Amino acid sequence: MISSFFQYEFLQNAFITAVLVGFIAPLLGTFVVVRRLSLIADALSHVTLSGIAFGLMLDKKLGGFVISPFYTGMGFSVLGSIFIEQLRGVYKSYQELAIPIILSGGVGLSVIFISLADGFNTDLFSYLFGSVSAVSRQDLWMILVVSLVVTVLVIVFYKELFMLSFDEEHAVTSGIHAKRIHFLFIVLTALVIAASIRIVGVLLVSALMTLPVAASIRIAKGFKQTILYSIIFGEFSVMTGIITGYYFEIPPGGTIVVTAIIILLITLAFKKIKHLSRLQKVTT
Amino acid sequence: MSRSPILRINNLSYAYEDKHVLENIDLEIYPGNFVGLVGPNGSGKTTLIKIILGLLPHKQGTVDLFHTPIHKFKDWNRIGFVSQKANSFNSEFPATVYEVVSMGLTAKVGYFRFFNKQHARKIKKAIDTVGMTDYINQNVGNLSGGQQQRVFIARAIVSEPDFLILDEPTVGVDAENVQRFYEMLRDLNKTKGMTLLLVTHDTGTMTSYATDIACLNKHIHFHGDSHTFTQMDQEDYSKMYGHDVHVVKHDH
Repeated sequence: MISSFFQYEFLQNAFITAVLVGFIAPLLGTFVVVRRLSLIADALSHVTLSGIAFGLMLDKKLGGFVISPFYTGMGFSVLGSIFIEQLRGVYKSYQELAIPIILSGGVGLSVIFISLADGFNTDLFSYLFGSVSAVSRQDLWMILVVSLVVTVLVIVFYKELFMLSFDEEHAVTSGIHAKRIHFLFIVLTALVIAASIRIVGVLLVSALMTLPVAASIRIAKGFKQTILYSIIFGEFSVMTGIITGYYFEIPPGGTIVVTAIIILLITLAFKKIKHLSRLQKVTT
Repeated sequence: MSRSPILRINNLSYAYEDKHVLENIDLEIYPGNFVGLVGPNGSGKTTLIKIILGLLPHKQGTVDLFHTPIHKFKDWNRIGFVSQKANSFNSEFPATVYEVVSMGLTAKVGYFRFFNKQHARKIKKAIDTVGMTDYINQNVGNLSGGQQQRVFIARAIVSEPDFLILDEPTVGVDAENVQRFYEMLRDLNKTKGMTLLLVTHDTGTMTSYATDIACLNKHIHFHGDSHTFTQMDQEDYSKMYGHDVHVVKHDH
């Protein structure tokens, strides 16, 4: 693979994108999980799909390359995130209601746009399950920019994001602008989802944001360590997905998620064994 | 007392729609006081705290914090608050004791700025003050209720407030730890000169630690030093609570 890596541009694109996505998805995912918003990632990924379908439809109807479906997907994702926030404000006691509304809305729009674009094709398939070969150099630049923006903003607002995740009431009484910080967080999440879709695909992107965190949270001490382990698990899963995807010519999304689940099972077993050995020590 | 009060409440009344919760409250708290605010459930304790914290605007009466009317008060850094809800946080949240206490400085440090070595020293000092240094890198979720409450106190005092307000901080803490908890509060009051307002429905243990007691049941029924309070007889308590009560006295 190493010689091919230098030979083929598509492989370089896929590989670098994977490294970036393996970093930002678990980074934001840690905040998403501790705020119990895992399902929002799912809702947003489906809105992104409708954006992608819209782009594919434009492509088909207007002919030629108008705007990359990747950009329309990103645009829809950000708009969807803003809409979710509005809905959560409307249904204060039923905030989770925003998720099925947005999710089904996303799927509904996708179906319409996909049909208008004359149904399924390989392009759409690569957006659903990720692809090793479909990442263009242009996509890579965009994902690089998104990754930089997300990383810088998370570092700058880390202490506020952390405080808001832990105890919203305390954050508000100490004078943190909870609404603005939350808005920033949800838009960043939308950007990360749109950027990750190239590699993991619409249907599995939320898994890359939550599974590494689910494993990490079992064994880490503290929040920073949780983020660190999540990123390590995320990178490992993504690399496994890209390498197997290249050799076996399968979409990387599936392998990424299966690897992440195996890591999760290992950490659960590790925790259990540690617990049992401690019990044994106490009894002997 | 010659010094001017940190908190001055004058003729405060409050009603939720038609239900009167507080009536003609007068209360003054001076620097260095350790005031226990006691009262039965539904006596308006939490409402009063919300008003003092500026979370609930009032219409009748005046409330001044550090000589400033509450609606104009901006200096919230000078006030620390430990809420009743503090120990009902998500116990699986992965945050160490250090990380939780650091949150007490987040607002003070401000946007676009990072924690520095001086902040780190303050955080460690606050953790030391509540006696939790041995657990500094433990996840808070793994600690006992009493230990968690100490961590939340550390979070409230790390910004070095002049006035610390605690709303039912010992709920869910076992009896032995309640005693140690009050000893820690007395230390904060005596050695650091921090003014304390502790809200509780448990009159027992607290009276031997607080310097002053205020009894609330819609009105302030008693406000004086804790010694006088413990001298009151059964009848007085019953009048205050509106029904028969049994008071457990702790003599030291």
